[in-house]
Amino acid sequence: MTQKPNSLFVRISALLVYVFLYAPIIGLMLFSFNASRTNIFFGGFITQFGPLQMEGSTVVQSPCGPFHWFCELNKNAEVRQAAENTLTIAFVASISATIIGTFAAIALQRYNFRLKAFSQLALYIPIVIPEIVMGIGILVLFSQIFTILSGLTGARFSMGLPTVIVSHIAFCIPFVTLVVQARLQGFDKSYEEAAMDLGANELTTFWRVTFPMILPGVLSGALLAFTLSLDDFVITFFTTGPGSTTLPIYVYGLLRRIITPQVNALSTIWILIVFTAVLLLQWTENRKA
Amino acid sequence: MTDEFAVEMQDVVKRFTTPEGGILAAVNHVTMQIRDGEFFSLLGPSGCGKTTSLRMIAGFELPTEGKILIHGKDVSQIAPFQRPVNTVFQQYALFPHMTVEQNIGFGLEMKGVSKVERSARVSEALEMVRLPGMEMRKPKQLSGGQQQRIALARALVNKPEVLLLDEPLGALDLKLRKEMQLELKSLQREVGITFIYVTHDQEEALTMSDRIAVMSKGVALQVDKPEAIYERPATKFVADFIGETNFLDGVVRGQTGSTVEVDLPGTGTVYIESSRTFANGQQTTVAVRPEKMTLNREISGGNSLTGRVEEVIYIGTDTHYGVRFAGSHKARVREQNVTQGQKALASIGDEAIVSFTRTSPRLLTE
Ligand SMILES: Nc1ncnc2c1ncn2[C@@H]1O[C@H](COP(=O)(O)OP(=O)(O)OP(=O)(O)O)[C@@H](O)[C@H]1O
Ligand SMILES: [Mg+2]
Repeated sequence: MTQKPNSLFVRISALLVYVFLYAPIIGLMLFSFNASRTNIFFGGFITQFGPLQMEGSTVVQSPCGPFHWFCELNKNAEVRQAAENTLTIAFVASISATIIGTFAAIALQRYNFRLKAFSQLALYIPIVIPEIVMGIGILVLFSQIFTILSGLTGARFSMGLPTVIVSHIAFCIPFVTLVVQARLQGFDKSYEEAAMDLGANELTTFWRVTFPMILPGVLSGALLAFTLSLDDFVITFFTTGPGSTTLPIYVYGLLRRIITPQVNALSTIWILIVFTAVLLLQWTENRKA
Repeated sequence: MTDEFAVEMQDVVKRFTTPEGGILAAVNHVTMQIRDGEFFSLLGPSGCGKTTSLRMIAGFELPTEGKILIHGKDVSQIAPFQRPVNTVFQQYALFPHMTVEQNIGFGLEMKGVSKVERSARVSEALEMVRLPGMEMRKPKQLSGGQQQRIALARALVNKPEVLLLDEPLGALDLKLRKEMQLELKSLQREVGITFIYVTHDQEEALTMSDRIAVMSKGVALQVDKPEAIYERPATKFVADFIGETNFLDGVVRGQTGSTVEVDLPGTGTVYIESSRTFANGQQTTVAVRPEKMTLNREISGGNSLTGRVEEVIYIGTDTHYGVRFAGSHKARVREQNVTQGQKALASIGDEAIVSFTRTSPRLLTE
């Protein structure tokens, strides 16, 4: 039952919630077009196109016009490297986590085995324990493994892209599994039986019937994993190494030095990417019904 | 030769471990032979093991004990996709992401039938279930009755040796159900495929089947033609489940040839023809259908019992009279209303004579 919000209190509270949620985001996006490079006050928009001209700390004219800071960002090799790392990690981690998580969900749904209840519970643990604990745990694990491997091979190992990817896969799996499990809950076994009855073996049944039917769940799992990986800071912080800096880590580094509207421009792009991913997620969720 | 049978269940047992930890024999030593080309029904109340039996024939469940043969070949342990049977599921289980054409063609595709032949046979199958031109629809865009026919077409297009149907009309409304019953029956005659049909509706089973197996608690109590099941029920359960029956408990007092003398304590003595031999003093139940009893119209050479009318129910074609006898026996008598404006044969409180021939009752001991 949905009712119209007729009480003034309800309306004002709702309005306040959205103001608190979106005011900082909109402000942040606005500042990415700031003419002033100090980022403390808003110096208006950069309206003129042409060779770069500054007046004190205010940009009067830029080749990119209002998109000055986006162009600056694009020239920044460190940012481009960080963006590339972030996307690589997010793609590899979300696809791997989706494959593993989907099969885990199917196994939990279909088979009865010892420790099934425990396996189910164990899936929730990484979701509920503080991320920092996970991060430290993964760090300790990697250093132990590296020490042993170095001892065996004599080679030196260090943190880098692979360690970040592995840890992202690890923390994304439970989320994918839970989303796919929700989809499987409503899946009637008789569809699979019908396929087998019509002569399809287990593998064909999976690809032709089960998988297409749970695909919306798998897709939303994948998108969820993608967004989680994209903006992860804590776990990445513990597992990253030289050359594998991601955007969140890079921004954090910038903030400790100077804040220019470049940071805002970067955040704006990022928000747009995540926003698109969330819209896609919503869309796949709706298609389930 | 066993080959004349489409399906044979040989002493089949299926035990499940229930979630509560107990063991339940859903099917308990069932042996039956289903003849080639017959319309065979599994009939029984909810939970009696009909679906489990059907699923074992389809291969979705493996028997705990015993064997299942299809045309003489032991299939007890082989996978569903290797059995020459197809199933029409109760909820149809049409693949929602495929069109009607893809649904019906699925089985042929699995067999490697070429695309051209497939589409010809799909149209043919749609013709057969009287839904031509529906190829491009998705299951969601069909009514319940149409989905039912598509499910039927999807199974029949593969020309299975045996078609299994689990309450396929259960989800349809009464009128459509009746229509589909007749249609299914004539379709079965047309294609000549053995149908094994699960239902808990006795009327449906009686109208459609060549033979019926009446099941209760995992046991097949009687396997016979509809007339035989109705006229000569083997047990009290069958007599009670199929149609209505009056049960008069008594004790055998003697037998001369085929005539058995039964004392109904307090009510009277009756003489019943039976091919079985009874011992003196044996407990038995005289089972008589209400329409085989008459009220206040004695039958020469028949049995008559005197009681009091407790209930008169007029239901149009018939009037039902509830009569109670002296010795705690009760009977329901059904009299047809043959002539216009026929007066009731008795009113409540009247003394009345209930009569039936010596051949119409069955003497049941279990
Ligand atoms: N997988 C299972 N695990 C445990 N018990 C089961 C299982 N399948 C069926 N049973 C039990 O076996 C018995 C017979 O079930 P079955 O489905 O064969 O009944 P049915 O005759 O088809 O009934 P209905 O008319 O209600 O469909 C029931 O008591 C049921 O609870
Ligand atoms: Mg059933």
